[in-house]
Amino acid sequence: MPTEVLKAFCRIIRFYDLYLQCLKGQSSVSALFFEKSNMKKYVQDLRVVAKETPGSGYVLLKLSPLEGLLPEILPGQFVEILVPNADHTFLRRPISVNYVENNRLWLLIHEVGEGTRSLGRLEEGSLLNCVYPLGNGFSSPEEVGENVLLVGGGVGTAPLLHYGRCLHESGKHVTFLLGGRSGRDLMQLPEFEKWGRVCVTTEDGSLGERGFVTNHSVLQTEKFDTVAMCGPKPMMVAMARLSAELGISHVEASLENLMACGLGACLCCVEKTADGHNVCVCKEGPVFQTKDLSWLS
Amino acid sequence: MAKLNVKIGDLALKNPVLTASGTFGYGLEFADFIDLNALGGFIVKGTTLHPREGNDYPRMAETASGMLNCVGLQNKGVEHFCTEIYPQLTDFDSHVIVNVSGSTIEDYAACAARINELEHIPAIELNISCPNVKSGGMAFGVTCEGAASVVKAVRKAYSKTLIVKLSPNVTDIAAIARAVEAEGADSVSLINTLMGMSVDIERRRSRLSIGTGGLSGPCVKPVALRMVSQVARAVKIPVIGLGGIMNAEDALEFLMVGATAVEIGTANFIDPAVTIKVIEGMNDWLDRHGVKDVNEIIGVID
Repeated sequence: MPTEVLKAFCRIIRFYDLYLQCLKGQSSVSALFFEKSNMKKYVQDLRVVAKETPGSGYVLLKLSPLEGLLPEILPGQFVEILVPNADHTFLRRPISVNYVENNRLWLLIHEVGEGTRSLGRLEEGSLLNCVYPLGNGFSSPEEVGENVLLVGGGVGTAPLLHYGRCLHESGKHVTFLLGGRSGRDLMQLPEFEKWGRVCVTTEDGSLGERGFVTNHSVLQTEKFDTVAMCGPKPMMVAMARLSAELGISHVEASLENLMACGLGACLCCVEKTADGHNVCVCKEGPVFQTKDLSWLS
Repeated sequence: MAKLNVKIGDLALKNPVLTASGTFGYGLEFADFIDLNALGGFIVKGTTLHPREGNDYPRMAETASGMLNCVGLQNKGVEHFCTEIYPQLTDFDSHVIVNVSGSTIEDYAACAARINELEHIPAIELNISCPNVKSGGMAFGVTCEGAASVVKAVRKAYSKTLIVKLSPNVTDIAAIARAVEAEGADSVSLINTLMGMSVDIERRRSRLSIGTGGLSGPCVKPVALRMVSQVARAVKIPVIGLGGIMNAEDALEFLMVGATAVEIGTANFIDPAVTIKVIEGMNDWLDRHGVKDVNEIIGVID
């Protein structure tokens, strides 16, 4: 396919061009990751090139294109996966991007239902039909100040790994605050430690400080310019309110509302905004500034 | 290459494949995946005279081979459509059809009249079958009198091709079809979603914010086929079939029981490029069976 080859070539040239600009100091490294210009979406088979079990009930799939390069994928974007051989599921499953490295797209999957359990049974070499990259990512490094707190709960920690690396590589000071029911629910900690300080809370006290992320001492001892988070909604709402009390003005959250199309067509995954409108999480989000949502009122 | 052209009233389609309202946004959401110009047409999301916020979340529940939704006609109103969306839709070599809904007969007529002014919209699909709104919507579509009264008012206000989308949540869908035909509808499309429920037993409540929703997907196809077959025999105007079409074979089933065209709905969520595959698959089937013109197979099953 000459056009495909040409497209891939253009992508490399543009990436290399940005890279040169970064070297000359004309652009920041973050431009490599945050070029939000109406990104083209693809429906494509990707191959499972590696499969790991980072925790009980969790699976980490690493996917590569059958040929060529992955398109640009921003931290916080997601993939709609068609569950193969699904006897009991119908819709695609939206899964956030955990990490991108060496032309591999990582997806961390919590096996909670029929669909995600089927994904957990996939073998290396299997093909997964993916619609991606979808949604808008987290704020670009230019928008977040210097000291950034990334808060994750359970499998919601997944997209923070990719974001943390991008912020770290842009020279930001990154703190991860990761919470789970117990230590078993917290995965990839060595990966997180590569890109920032890692603070942990568990409800049973088996790892880190006992309690919820909102109880962690780092929130009292340090001042953050930005909080970005992903996890259960009650955790994010509590964190958004606490951040408001602490005077942190830039607070953003990645939502995981039930979703069908992922493209803004079916209007199923809506969230209420502060001014009372319904907006699609898949298209307007999944990352929102919490001040724009109805959470604080 | 078989001849795929069909006609819905005065409206000539390059092929019988349309998209179903509410599953395809304004078409533009799918432009990365398919060439919109290849479609027979696309029916954009339900539009009302005034903006509507729709129902609260949660609005969707997955079911065996399908899904329930209770979106409730969320849209920014017909003026927003005319000024913000329509200008982006005027350059396609494919028919853009607007799905029109309302709470009162006057709203339906006013909305249709506003769209009548748009040069590049050759048809509307009148939604008298939405199961997810409190007033209007399906309320008009479940009696012959209600359906006839809306169509009568809209027919006066709208001069181009008028398609009426029928509800399956009725005792005798053929009677409703005849009633709207008598008031001047150019075509009927069916079926809209079947009313259903899904319960979360752990939380002891419905999975949908308003309790019920509309069922769509391959699970409704046998019901849809039966109803299209009944209606196609009952009326002289062309019938557009929809309900659970996932591939070309499904679409051909609808044509064989009497549909002149089909709409692809929920399948767009599973494969955003499915519409093109249906057109190609339909053409391949016709070629393989030596059928030169798709019209030859429409209604071949008596």
